[in-house]
Amino acid sequence: MDAVLTPLLDILRPIGITEPVLQFMLVNAILGVSIYLTLHAGMFSLASAGFMAIGAYVGALLTQQSDWPLWAALLGGMAAAGVIAVPIGLPTLRLRDIYLAIATIGFGEVVRVLILNFDDIAASVLTTLQGERVRFRLIEGARGIKGIPTLTETWHLILFLIVLGYLLTRLHRSRFGRAMAAIRQDETVAANMGINVVYVKNMVFILSAVLAGAAGVFSAHLTRIITPAAFGFDKAVDILAFAVLGGTSTWIGPIVGAMVLTAMPEVLRFLKEFRGVFNGLVLLVVIVYLPGGLVNPAGWSRLWQRLGRAQTASPSPSTGVD
Amino acid sequence: MTHQLDIQDLHVSYGSIRALRGVTFHIDEGQTVSLIGANGAGKSTTLNAVSGLLKPVGGRIRFRGQDITGWRADRVSALGLVQVPEGRQIIATMTVHENLIIGAHLQRTANTETLLDQIYGRFPRLSERHNQRAGLLSGGEQQMLAVGRALMMQPDLLMLDEPSMGLSPMLVNEVFDLLRDIKGQGISILVVEQNARKALQIADYAYVLERGVIAREGSAAQLREDPHILAAYLG
Repeated sequence: MDAVLTPLLDILRPIGITEPVLQFMLVNAILGVSIYLTLHAGMFSLASAGFMAIGAYVGALLTQQSDWPLWAALLGGMAAAGVIAVPIGLPTLRLRDIYLAIATIGFGEVVRVLILNFDDIAASVLTTLQGERVRFRLIEGARGIKGIPTLTETWHLILFLIVLGYLLTRLHRSRFGRAMAAIRQDETVAANMGINVVYVKNMVFILSAVLAGAAGVFSAHLTRIITPAAFGFDKAVDILAFAVLGGTSTWIGPIVGAMVLTAMPEVLRFLKEFRGVFNGLVLLVVIVYLPGGLVNPAGWSRLWQRLGRAQTASPSPSTGVD
Repeated sequence: MTHQLDIQDLHVSYGSIRALRGVTFHIDEGQTVSLIGANGAGKSTTLNAVSGLLKPVGGRIRFRGQDITGWRADRVSALGLVQVPEGRQIIATMTVHENLIIGAHLQRTANTETLLDQIYGRFPRLSERHNQRAGLLSGGEQQMLAVGRALMMQPDLLMLDEPSMGLSPMLVNEVFDLLRDIKGQGISILVVEQNARKALQIADYAYVLERGVIAREGSAAQLREDPHILAAYLG
């Protein structure tokens, strides 16, 4: 793996993409796939940030407190996110569109606030149970968990994404993948065709949560420190932006979107304080001119035609009427 | 004897609006039954309640003796009670082929290829266009695709909601020829139509819905002679 990675980083380093940047690009790519799955089944869910937080905290506790190896903590974090997705998905997935988005934002906030107050809640529960004052410190509320071992390696992330890509390709050709696509297009028709809409939606929600959980475990073991503030509403919107920029017509889209949006502030370091503006600008331009996202051949050819027409039309700007 | 589909005293409401107020009718094996009536009489509501898209507030729906009242739509479809929805709801962004494959969703074990061959044999135009996006088909072709997709599910009872809607007279004839063909295979048909003339030509028995209740019923031949029906629906 190093034989490929070292020359790649040699090429990328001059434009500002160092190994840590690449690692965050890859973690965000996993998050992009997480939201892609729900969007692909027609669900507008912003829960990925919350599930990422669950994965990050569970994973960090497992390696730091229990000395689990990374792969085991990864499975633990993914399982925790998946298990919590079941009771969240069953009631909320009855909602549609913006209502589902609001409910899932609410879920993210609940996760964040629970993490903030977890030690106090646990302490008061233990105090009541034991009848004497108990001090409880595990996840340190707003201060966050510090000193998490940096176990995540770049090749872990690349391998994870390769396996994920293979599974997604398989998924799209499968019976389940077709059911997802049918539900996105028309839930009523899907139900009429014998597709169990409730089951498919909940399964997709769980899969999406599991992936967000994995991204959480990986990122916790990159940053060394995790705080609840890192997984709030901002993060949820960032993840949505990955899908908007890359487009959701294929699973490659959100991966590209995530990597571009993560790399851009680093690549544009020479713009100093204006580089944040640039991220917004690029998003805006893509939304206006490439509504299907960056990875969408049909959108590019439409843009190309538009540009072509603009050129042939420009010599005679007076013809305002079509 | 038990009827194939037996509907008793069906009540359906949209909020405070009572769309069906005690509809009772039945279909026997292999029979073609038509529900006719004006706009808003409750024809589509009846179909949607049977297929599980709407939950009835009262009454019983039995299929081959089994109570299926309030079942989820996918479970109803799995019994062989298949609806072709109103407005030919094919999935526009998928190809013709993919639309048909969706129809085979329930056929976990059966040979999808054989089924596909049958459908393509029956609808040569779908075969020619199998790689085209379904949204690009003409209205008549889309209706054929919707029926073809339903046939992929090997139904025992096919329910069609306004199959002639928005089609030219020639295509309407084509659709009804197709239904006659399906009827010949022994599949029971429940067809909802505003085009009463066409519906009465193909049906064995028909019910007239008016404001959520069955106003009249009879064999198709009887209803074709009925002066009230003549005046109201056959112009």
